[in-house]
Amino acid sequence: MAGYQNIFTRVQVHAPPYDGVPSEQHELWPRAGRPFFSYWLGKLGDAQIGPIHLGTTGIASLLCGFIAIEIIGLNMWASVDWSPVEFVRQLPWLALEPPGAEYGISLFPPLNDGGWWLIAGFFLTASIVLWWVRVYTRARALGMGTHVAWAFAAAIWLYLVLGFIRPLLMGSWSEAVPFGIFPHLDWTAAFSIRYGNLFYNPFHMLSIAFLYGSTLLFAMHGATILAVSRYGGEREIEQVVDRGTASERAALFWRWTMGFNATMESIHRWAWWFAVLCPLTGGIGILLTGTAVDNWFLWSVKHGVAPAYPDVFPAVTDPAGGAP
Amino acid sequence: MRFLQAHVIVGLGVALALSGCEAPPPESVQQGFRGTGMVQVDNMKVVDKIMTDTAMPALPPAAPGGGPKAGDIYQNVQLLGDLDIASFTRLMTALTTWVAPDQGCAYCHEGADMASDALYTKVVARRMIEMTRFINSGGHAHVGETGVTCFTCHRGENVPATTWFSNVEEAGVFAGNRAGQNAPSPVPQYASLPVDPFTDMLDGEAAIRVATNSALPRGNTRNIKDTEATYALMMHLSEALDVNCTYCHNTRAFYNWDESPPTRVTAWHGIQMVRALNGDYVSPLAEVLPEHRLGPEGDAPKVNCGTCHQGLPKPMGGASVIAEFPALQGD
Repeated sequence: MAGYQNIFTRVQVHAPPYDGVPSEQHELWPRAGRPFFSYWLGKLGDAQIGPIHLGTTGIASLLCGFIAIEIIGLNMWASVDWSPVEFVRQLPWLALEPPGAEYGISLFPPLNDGGWWLIAGFFLTASIVLWWVRVYTRARALGMGTHVAWAFAAAIWLYLVLGFIRPLLMGSWSEAVPFGIFPHLDWTAAFSIRYGNLFYNPFHMLSIAFLYGSTLLFAMHGATILAVSRYGGEREIEQVVDRGTASERAALFWRWTMGFNATMESIHRWAWWFAVLCPLTGGIGILLTGTAVDNWFLWSVKHGVAPAYPDVFPAVTDPAGGAP
Repeated sequence: MRFLQAHVIVGLGVALALSGCEAPPPESVQQGFRGTGMVQVDNMKVVDKIMTDTAMPALPPAAPGGGPKAGDIYQNVQLLGDLDIASFTRLMTALTTWVAPDQGCAYCHEGADMASDALYTKVVARRMIEMTRFINSGGHAHVGETGVTCFTCHRGENVPATTWFSNVEEAGVFAGNRAGQNAPSPVPQYASLPVDPFTDMLDGEAAIRVATNSALPRGNTRNIKDTEATYALMMHLSEALDVNCTYCHNTRAFYNWDESPPTRVTAWHGIQMVRALNGDYVSPLAEVLPEHRLGPEGDAPKVNCGTCHQGLPKPMGGASVIAEFPALQGD
């Protein structure tokens, strides 16, 4: 019997291309493109490609995103004197940096001193927000809930805190993250060191708990459903209202192993909240850093979070006498 | 047959993947309180190789002592005139093996006229002897009783293997500003951190500390870019001494002195010392050095931690011969 029991989809059900349910709203832009089938994409998901609906917000979002990527990419390319070879070789190191601290939150620093970063940030933010609007309106048009849009909004919250809200509160764009592969990672490490170790930030702790919790829930849920797919368990949504033997077995498995089980519906609420709370709490932690708390280690000592160790180096004192 | 092929391919793959590793075993030594991860990892094969590669050449035989003073016999002896000529000659011989073993006396002395200051190398050498005395003076907080000689940095080379030039890139007017970082560079160990933390922090007096010594904001204006420069400098220290961050820090609170090992105090004095060496001795030599010794920005090759340490926590494993050469000890 055919089944979904592998890491990729082994069964591809072919039917005539399907345009989808009619929209519940008047559409300025109809769904476009004749659907076709891709065998290899069918290994990973649905083999039918299209039709697609971009709409005004989708096209505007792609345009803004393109402008942002162009500004970032061309600045990176300019930084290696327009050498295509060096651009590829050095790409992981290249960056577009935010303005220096001397420009504060000025909207018009010199182009090559952060001006490009502001413009790229504006267009990238516009692109992301327009895409969010599209996610929201598409869900509404299909008569769906807007859960995807709000989950996306949680990620946008963290992005805005890092690049916009916190720099505004700190009064300096220089506090924001550079665009670049290694540079944004180095920024992260430096951020933690400047503010006394982010691991002692309780909201960072919560964010990590939700991040790891998300992966755990994802693994538990994915494994459970794959394990009962031989009984049709992948048709989860139907089993929410009409529990079949797959759902019963999945539930019983977890009741046996840990005494408690989520339901076919509630497991998705667990996953949604864990995923959403990860950037939500993380964003709060970033927002408080430098604005409310300047040294998370000392904050943790003050509130009894950081453990005290025996003084194994009693003779060591600051040779500069605490001078900055 | 295919079974054999598969084994050969897997074997080659594993060999290739491991080819970048140091041969085991590494040795680890716990330094801080248990559970803090303060462990120093060394591979004695690597350490032994550095020690062998940079072993000090045999010293010339000890001078008998007594006899006339060099200053009375030779012309133009500005620093070492008080030495008896046997000790003077011994020091000159040692100095030659330390700095110019291939060129010999002629590297600094012009022809038969040993008194001449015509060669720039002699002017530089004189200043370097003064610098050595400064480092060794009064049980300096960084070098302690170990002291240094010319060999500590030079290791038989005219110019020490590890020096640095200023690398302050001028940004263009329109686009492509690298902001002094974001390029693959060995200085910050190929992170995208600033490629020249030295000019400001080791030739200048730019602040290194970034964290705030209180839980809540107290007007500390040090920003993340400042922190990246400090980070780059610390990556250099780590590489120059071949040690981890935990050699000097409890990494849960980098800034905190109470939880730091005493090595951090030594390192702090080292940074002050390097600033003095560059500021007072090495940088001014740009006036004397010929163009081919200068950097792209016309500056002298300068000192950082790697100049002496060259991959060991103590240069040459702490070997000391300074007691043999009182003339190199400061006042």
